[in-house]
Formats: sequence, C-alpha cells, structure tokens
Amino acid sequence: MSDVFLTVLLTLDATFRVSTPLIIAAMAGLFAERAGVVDIGLEGKMLAAAFAAASVSAVVGSPWAGLGVAMLVSCGLAMLHGFATITHRGDQVVSGIAINILVAGLSVILGLAWFHQGGLTPALDNDSRFLSITLPFVDQLAFIPVLGPLYKELISGHNILVYLAFAIVPIVWWVVYRTRFGLRLRAVGENPTAVDTAGLSVVKLRYKALLIGGVLCGIAGTYIAIAHNAQFTRDMTAGQGYIALAALIFGKWRPLTVMLACLLFGFLDALAVRLQGVALPGIGEIPVQVIEATPYLLTVILLAGFIGRATPPKASGIAYVKER
Amino acid sequence: MTMTDTFAIELIDIDKRFGAVHANNKVCLQVKQGNIHGIVGENGAGKSTLMSILYGFYQADAGQIKVLGQSHTFTDSHQAIAAGIGMVHQHFMLVENFTVLENVILGSEGGALLANGMAAARKELTRLADVYGLKVDLDATIDSLPVGLQQRVEILKALYKGAKILILDEPTGVLTPQETEELFRIFDALKQQGVTIMLITHKLREIISVTDQVSVMRAGQMVAHRDTCDTSREELAKLMVGRKVLLQVNKKAANVRAPLMKVKRLCVADDQGVMRLNDVSFELRAGEVLGVAGVSGNGQTQLLEALSGIINMTSGSVEVLGFTMDAKNPITPDKMRQIGLAHVPEDRHRMGLITHFSASESALLGYHTDPKINSGIWLNKNRVEDNCKALMSAFDVRPADPHLKSANFSGGNQQKLILAREMERNPDVLLIGQPTRGVDIGAIEFIHQRIIDMRDAGKAVLLVSVELDEIMSVSDRIIVLCDGQITGRIDASDADEKTLGMMMANALDPIDPLKTMDDQLASTQQASAQENQV
Repeated sequence: MSDVFLTVLLTLDATFRVSTPLIIAAMAGLFAERAGVVDIGLEGKMLAAAFAAASVSAVVGSPWAGLGVAMLVSCGLAMLHGFATITHRGDQVVSGIAINILVAGLSVILGLAWFHQGGLTPALDNDSRFLSITLPFVDQLAFIPVLGPLYKELISGHNILVYLAFAIVPIVWWVVYRTRFGLRLRAVGENPTAVDTAGLSVVKLRYKALLIGGVLCGIAGTYIAIAHNAQFTRDMTAGQGYIALAALIFGKWRPLTVMLACLLFGFLDALAVRLQGVALPGIGEIPVQVIEATPYLLTVILLAGFIGRATPPKASGIAYVKER
Repeated sequence: MTMTDTFAIELIDIDKRFGAVHANNKVCLQVKQGNIHGIVGENGAGKSTLMSILYGFYQADAGQIKVLGQSHTFTDSHQAIAAGIGMVHQHFMLVENFTVLENVILGSEGGALLANGMAAARKELTRLADVYGLKVDLDATIDSLPVGLQQRVEILKALYKGAKILILDEPTGVLTPQETEELFRIFDALKQQGVTIMLITHKLREIISVTDQVSVMRAGQMVAHRDTCDTSREELAKLMVGRKVLLQVNKKAANVRAPLMKVKRLCVADDQGVMRLNDVSFELRAGEVLGVAGVSGNGQTQLLEALSGIINMTSGSVEVLGFTMDAKNPITPDKMRQIGLAHVPEDRHRMGLITHFSASESALLGYHTDPKINSGIWLNKNRVEDNCKALMSAFDVRPADPHLKSANFSGGNQQKLILAREMERNPDVLLIGQPTRGVDIGAIEFIHQRIIDMRDAGKAVLLVSVELDEIMSVSDRIIVLCDGQITGRIDASDADEKTLGMMMANALDPIDPLKTMDDQLASTQQASAQENQV
C-alpha cells in the first residue's frame, strides 16, 4: 500500500519538475498572444536561454549570472520577433519559426567554437547549478501519515525555479485581470483599433508584452539547462515550446487553466517515464511512443469537441495597420 | 472674425494627401458651439479623413486646427481627447468580450490598479447616464448588447473622457428607425447640456431633420456651407454630386406573372447550431422586385447564401426554375448559375470580386468555364478582355480599363462591374444583396434603374438591403426579417418607415429588449425634464 502511495508521490513529484518549463513558457506565450502576437518562437527563445545559461554558468560559475544572461538573450530574440512582426508587420509564424531554426543551429555552432565538446557545454558542478532546496521541518513532520511523506517527497526538495514557476501563475493572473496594464494587454489582443483610438500605443503595448515573454522564456530555458540538467545539449528543449503553445490553447489563454493543462501534459510525460518497460495487467506493455504522443493527441481530440471552442484573442496573429 | 471664440471647432486650410490621392484640399470649416453640424459628401469625398485628422488619428500635411478658440496640433488621439474631442466611429471601437465598464475606462483607468478607478468610473457613469438619459448595464459584456446600446457605450465613453465636442461617423447606418429616433433624442439632451455635435452621414433626410448647419464636401474640397433651414435634400444632393440627381426611382406598375422561386419553411443553422433562418417561406414571382428589409445580421446573409446554393439549408425546400433543392439535395452555386439564377453578394470585397485580380479576371468569376472565353484548357486572353470591355461599356464602369486591378476602382464602379457580370448573362432570377452599400449617389441612381429594367423584362428580383429608402422605392413587395424569421409582409405602396421599423424590431413581441430600452429612456427623460422645470 505504502509502496503504491510512494510511486504516486514520485510520479507527481516528477510531474512538477517536468511541468515547470512548460508553465513558465506558457505564461510567456500568454502575454504575447493576449497582446495579439503569436509566439511560435517560445521554443527558440528557451533553447537560446538554455545555451546562454549553461555557457555563462560554466565560465563564471554562478547560476544567477547564467540566469541573468539567459534572460537578456531571450529578451533580445523577443525584440527581434517584435521588430519583424510589430514594427515591420511581418508574418508572426514565419518570424517565430525563423527564430527557432536560427537558435537550433547557432547554439550548436557557438558551442563547438567556444567549448570544443561536440556542441555541448561543459558539465556543471553543483555550485554552478540551481539545486534542490529542502524545506524546513521535513524530518520533524515525516512521522505524520500521508501528509508527512507528501510534504517531504512532493512539496519539498525542488529547486527555486520550480517554486518560482508556481508563484508566477497567480501573479500573471493578477497582472492580466487586475491591473491597468492587463486591461490594455487584453484589449490590444482583441481590438487594437479600439486601443489606438483610446489614445494608447499599440506598438508599445505589444513590445512590452513580448519583453515580459522574453524574461519568462529566459527563466524557462535556464531551468532546463542548469536546474533540471547540468549542461546544454543539442535541441535540449525538445519541442517543449510547442507543448507550451498547445497548453495555451488547451487552457483557453487563461493563466490558471493553462497551468493545469501544463500539469496534465507534464503528468503524461512523467507517466511515460514511469511506465517504460512496465507491463500493465490486461494490456501488456504500452509503447513509450504512444504515451509520448498522448499530449499532442489529447490536444487535438479535446479541442475537437470536449472542451468546447477555444476562441483565441481576436487580433492574434494580425499585424496592426491603421486603416485608411 | 470677432466671433472666433464662439466656435467649438475651426479648421483652416487643412490639406492631406495619401500618395496620389488628394483626400483633403485646403478644407475650411467652422462649427458653432452647442450646435449640431452635419457634414455630407459622397464616399471618398474626404469626410472621414477630415474627421480622423481632427481626432488626431492622421496628421494633416498642412493647415490649422482650433478647438474652442485654441490652436492645437494633434499627433495622436490622446491629445484630441484631452482637448475635449470625442469620436463615435462607424465601426464601434469596442472590445467585444469586455464589459461596458472596462471599455469605457480603457485608456483612462485612473491608476495602475483597476479596482479604485473602476469604482470611481462606475459612480461617474451613473451620473452621466442620468444627465443624458444614456441608460446601459455597466457589467454587461459588449457582445451581449444590441447595436443601439453598443452605440450608447461609445457615446458614454467619449463623455466620460470629458468630450465637449462629439463627432459621430455614420451613426445610424446600423440602427432601426426607432433606435435612430432614440439617438436623436439623446442628441437633444446633449445639445441642451452644451455639447457640440458633428454628424457625418450620407442620409440627407437625417441631416435635414436634426442639424442646425450643414457643410458639403466633394472630391476633397468643402463646396458649401448652409444653415439647414435654408436648404433641401435636393440641393444637398446636387452639391454633393455636382449635378442634379433623381432621389426617387422612376418606375411603372409591375406586371407580375408566375412564381419562379418558392421558398418553403427554410431553416438554416450556423456552425454553432444557432438558427439563423427559422421557418422562412415566400414566393418570388416573375416581373417583381421583392425587398427583404431588416437590420443587418438578422439572417439576410444566410438567406442569400442558402438560396444561391453557397451554404446548405438545415430543413425546408426551395423550388427554383423547375428544380427543387432541400437539405439532402443541395444545388451547387455553379449549377444555379447554369439554370439561370444570378447572385450579387452583399460584401463585394469578400465575395463579389478578388481585389488583387484585374478587372477582366474579376469580371469572369463564376463564369470562367464559359466556352466563349476558353480555347481548350486555356483562357483566351483576348476574349476575356473583350468580355470585360463589353460589360464595362454596358454598365458605364469607369475607368473602362480591363487591366486595372479590381481594388483600384471606386466602390460604385466595383459594384457596377459585379452587377454587369451577373445581369448581362440575362438570368431569370436575380438575388442582390446591398447593391448600393458604399456607392455614390450618382451610381445608386443608375443601379436602381437597372434593377427596375430587369423587373420590367419579366425577371424575378430579390433585393436584400438595410437601406429602407432603397427597399421602399425599388421593391414592389417587402418582407421583413428579424432574428431569422419573417416578422412582416407588406406591399411597398403601403409601407412607410415607421411600420417597417416596428416590423424590423419585431415590436409586437412583449419582451422585446429595444422596446423596454425605449420605455426606460422615456421615463428617465421625463424625470430629468421635471428636474429642469424645478
């Protein structure tokens, strides 16, 4: 009995760790899309941030320096996306894909040139990483049945970025729904002309939204490279930017539901690892590929009918041009 | 010029070019404080550009703007708002999934956090609603409100931002006659509080009935200023077009023959399962024009698209020219054309033509398989052009250049090209949606005459229009659509604006929202009138 309980706890624990970059990236996407800019480039920004964090941390030896530079690099790419799509009204999907391709190649080339390890960055020691934090009173509370292990295995023992991810969600909710900036952000994604005629700058608002997204992608990439792992490897984001976008649609562009969608996708991912090679009674061994494909299949199936219409922000994907 | 200080708005030599187009050519205008000032002109005369300059949306190339005696240069709308100018655009500038309150405070939220600003705004809006009789539920989302109320939100928005001068661009285009009357009553209340109103419209009847002064624009220039009491619709129409215009359609009595189309219990549901047409039945007979009246969005689009075979019906049947179509046996638009049914769609940019195609290409859309213009598997370019030239000369499309991009024709000429394409094939049944939307007065006269000619040649014409004047003057019989149902049938000779308006609002319905809105307003107006007496 307690074995099963522990397995469940460990799976959920893994869920949190896997969901963290999804949640942060999805929040980045939420800002961009709520402002009317489609951000396919989440993937590229995270990958660039991961590379920057791992490189800087390897050289300087401080994870915080890695995080700082990762955010700067990610913001730079966000501004590039903004320059192409907001200032020059380029196609948002094309610009985002271009960023993804650019980063996928550039990170490996720079890695080769700088570290001569086949595109990898040097493996990091613990001082250069974000390490797990053991919350206070873990041992004192361990004897309490159910809650004790729950606290020890599930709540405690994550690195700071995991806690940050879950703290960001309510903050995003508060910003989007309770502040002046949030009101304008939502308005500019729905009807930019209304924002313009109210005397506000559509361009500035959209740049601000992308900048916030840049910061968040920086954190997500940092987490992947130097908290969840200990070095940069080629294409290490492995499509998580796209999963974050799927979660964004799945959660209908609302912070809390988007977080739940990320957790669901993270859970499936954690489950995939846990079920590897395990024969289920009556079914037999489930191919890993099936489980890994589940988040995507689930998105398609559920969007097709079960969760009702997902209506994106109306102006999403459309460059703003003053009408004549 | 000692009276300068009494002008709410003074525009001096405003000049604006968009590339080769001289949209405003040394335009001067003076608007007296507390007056209702009309501005009329054809499409493309430069009215909207002028107002956009006044509102800071565009910058003038040259010229001076004075508001309440003070010189201003507006580089964005914020400055115009600060100077006391409010604008109600033709297409409402509202965020549809926001509440009324959120829409009103957008841009003047009163602090980085919403809570305080919202509470203050709620108080102020309640006050404004009382003073001007602009009742609306502040917590309703915009997409749940009828158009008339959405417009009130726009007016409230402007007043909340401190507007002393209110510009309204074609405010009555989407309203029922009753809603229009409401709006004019609001104008009176605003005027009494000293608000200056600038009304931009092409509806001359409204200009005559509500304005104090009127200015006329033609081809980017201001051509006349009149006191409304000294002018007439006929004179204004002549000033707008530059020649005398017939406002009435000349037609003789209809010679009605056998029905060519029988629509029986037609129902159409949209993607979301909402019934957009509900149990619609009528007959369309040879030799008549049947008008379909109604406020835009009440099923007219679905009616045209279902009858022309573009969308499938949910139930019911249509007999047309010897063929029967129902939910299980649809007839394709292509087949419809072959059996003699032509369709002029409501939205010429979305469905009527392809704007980046040349005129000759747009002129064969839907008829591109015609052997006359094909040689084997290739289109015969010369014959395609000849075809277009023939259509252009028959319908006086200008410029008569088959190579010109469709987008570069004026609205009226685009429409004439589409009408030519559909009418010159000599169809027996013609479906026409909004034939004169965005079309100049001169071209309207021409288009109406062509429709009457079709009728007199024994064809059946179904005319869908939101312009009541057009429906009343061109049609022989009228049906009225409201919420997808036929809510009125009347002979054109018996129809007047009031009756049609009641049918359009389905005013016989006891729980009609518009009617309760009217009642609410009437009672608040009485209350404020009593206060004024005290």
